[in-house]
Amino acid sequence: MNIVVCIKQVPETTEVRINPETNTLMREGVKSIINPFDMYAIEEAVRLKERFGGKVSVVTMGPPQADAALREAISMGADEGFLVCDRAFAGSDTWATSYTLAGAIKKLGGFDLIICGKQASDGDTAQVGPGISTHLNIPQVTYVKKIEEATDKSMKVERMLEEGFEIIETPLPALLTVVKEINEPRIPSLRGLMKAKSAKFITFTQKELQLDPQQIGLCGSPTQVVKIFTPPHRVGGQILTGEIPDIAKQLVDLVKAEVN
Amino acid sequence: MDYLLTDEQKMIKELAHKIAEEKIRPAAAKYDISEEYPWDVLKVMAESDMFGLFIPEEYGGFATSVFNLCLATEEFSRACGGIAVCYAASALGTFPIVLFGDDEQKKKYLPDLAKGKKVAAFAITEPEAGSDASGIKTTAKKEGDHYILNGLKHFITNGGDAETYVVIAMTNKSKGARGASAFIVEKGTPGFTFGKKEDKFGIRASSTRELIFTDCKIPAKNLLSKEGMGFIVTMKTFDMSRPGVAAQALGIAQGALELAVKYVRERVQFGKPISSFQGIQWMLADMATEVEAARGLVYSTARMVDAGIKDVAKESAMAKMYASDVAMKVTVDALQLFGGYGYMKDYPIEKYVRDAKITQIYEGTNQVQRNIIALALIKEMAKI
Repeated sequence: MNIVVCIKQVPETTEVRINPETNTLMREGVKSIINPFDMYAIEEAVRLKERFGGKVSVVTMGPPQADAALREAISMGADEGFLVCDRAFAGSDTWATSYTLAGAIKKLGGFDLIICGKQASDGDTAQVGPGISTHLNIPQVTYVKKIEEATDKSMKVERMLEEGFEIIETPLPALLTVVKEINEPRIPSLRGLMKAKSAKFITFTQKELQLDPQQIGLCGSPTQVVKIFTPPHRVGGQILTGEIPDIAKQLVDLVKAEVN
Repeated sequence: MDYLLTDEQKMIKELAHKIAEEKIRPAAAKYDISEEYPWDVLKVMAESDMFGLFIPEEYGGFATSVFNLCLATEEFSRACGGIAVCYAASALGTFPIVLFGDDEQKKKYLPDLAKGKKVAAFAITEPEAGSDASGIKTTAKKEGDHYILNGLKHFITNGGDAETYVVIAMTNKSKGARGASAFIVEKGTPGFTFGKKEDKFGIRASSTRELIFTDCKIPAKNLLSKEGMGFIVTMKTFDMSRPGVAAQALGIAQGALELAVKYVRERVQFGKPISSFQGIQWMLADMATEVEAARGLVYSTARMVDAGIKDVAKESAMAKMYASDVAMKVTVDALQLFGGYGYMKDYPIEKYVRDAKITQIYEGTNQVQRNIIALALIKEMAKI
């Protein structure tokens, strides 16, 4: 089974600072790590490879120093890494990023499965995984917490919902995004670390990928960040009691009051 | 202090540190209470190739490096001296095969030990033969192409949980120390059973059991080296393994020091953190200096061993003795800095005192180490 894992290098902190002028992430002075959710994606891919054979290719888009993330993935058992890196890709939003990553994955040739973390810990959008599958026109299953069955043609997975889970069967190739319940990422082996230290990665620039210039980087990014804030924690809520017609009336009154 | 580690050594240290912080420290209190063997943690060490650090490359390891073993053992011991010794004791049981095994023995036993699929143990101590190893009563009698083992070993670390044992037994009692031989004995061999598991003061995650040999028949090819080499095997093994025990002591001391520094910065008395008091600061300064001195001795000795310098008995003994004495002093002082809280089992520091104590006792008591050091000094002077 040939598996592609898309990873992102993120700042190692949950308190990401935002540049108030540009509304972009401030990376300076913060240690970079692999997005924690992507660690589960790497681990699941390596486990599938150990079961079914094949190879795990890791792809990341980012600055040259993002090769540290690829190196860490290799130390955990991934076979090869690809860095998608070009000034032309700078300023990409989730649309342009998923378009660019999809272009890189096409360049890799055939694959059976793509795995992504459910979302990145910095942007928290959860859009890039689904975006890639859309650009590649393959099925997607998000928030996967368990792979129940897998063959080279299809896969049956458990998809996490707010309450409980649903079982989804998908033909392959497909894209999964995974949640932390799916596994416990391994500590790398010494052999893995040694292999990672000397690993060479292929860099894809716009020259290799030949993507539509209108769809990459800042000009390919329709998203406009107007404001960034930490949403307040959801508190309590109100439970309405009584007979159903009575509850309905209360609800209507409350909504009216809220609107006014 | 910068010990100018190579990239590979740094990698080993960082990896061992990660294992210690993510897997050992969270499990330390649990295994201290339950006294179960920490298989799940050892599995992580195995998957991370840690058991390959003291086994040659051609048998599935990386290289026989006492220094690398010390780096890993020190990091593990910072988090738990008990779990760390399960690992280090496997090295102790493996060294005789690495040093004295023939190719067939190495091929048979080392690959599984290097992968951590099996754990090893070394058995010399008997109820009446502790520091005085010449008092060994276990016998090995040759019968055709077999040896028949009879006797009792006790206080054997990893006893019962290890699969591969190196056992010292007398093949010719009349020759005294020159009549001892070393054998590889596999768990499950008929006539080889285990006695009680000891209830210990410290290092409680590790198992310590009696080994009982009752007409235990093992193939003659399990003899390591030649008959009569048992004590040479033992001494050469201890020369290799003592820096490991020293590293264990060093790690325990370092771990206790770190906890103490953290605590005194947080503990407020008389309106300020107690770290602001000179009396406390001077204690910390002494502790840190002693730990660093121990580290210098341990690392230098380990590097000597790896460089192939033949006679390292004195330095090995010095490293083991000094690091374990430092561990005892530093852990007791660390507990003192925790005050009344330190005496309570709710805090992790009292365990460090308990774990440290054994390092002054096993693999030769510190009194025996002083004998070795003094003897070497006198011999050196006699040569001049």
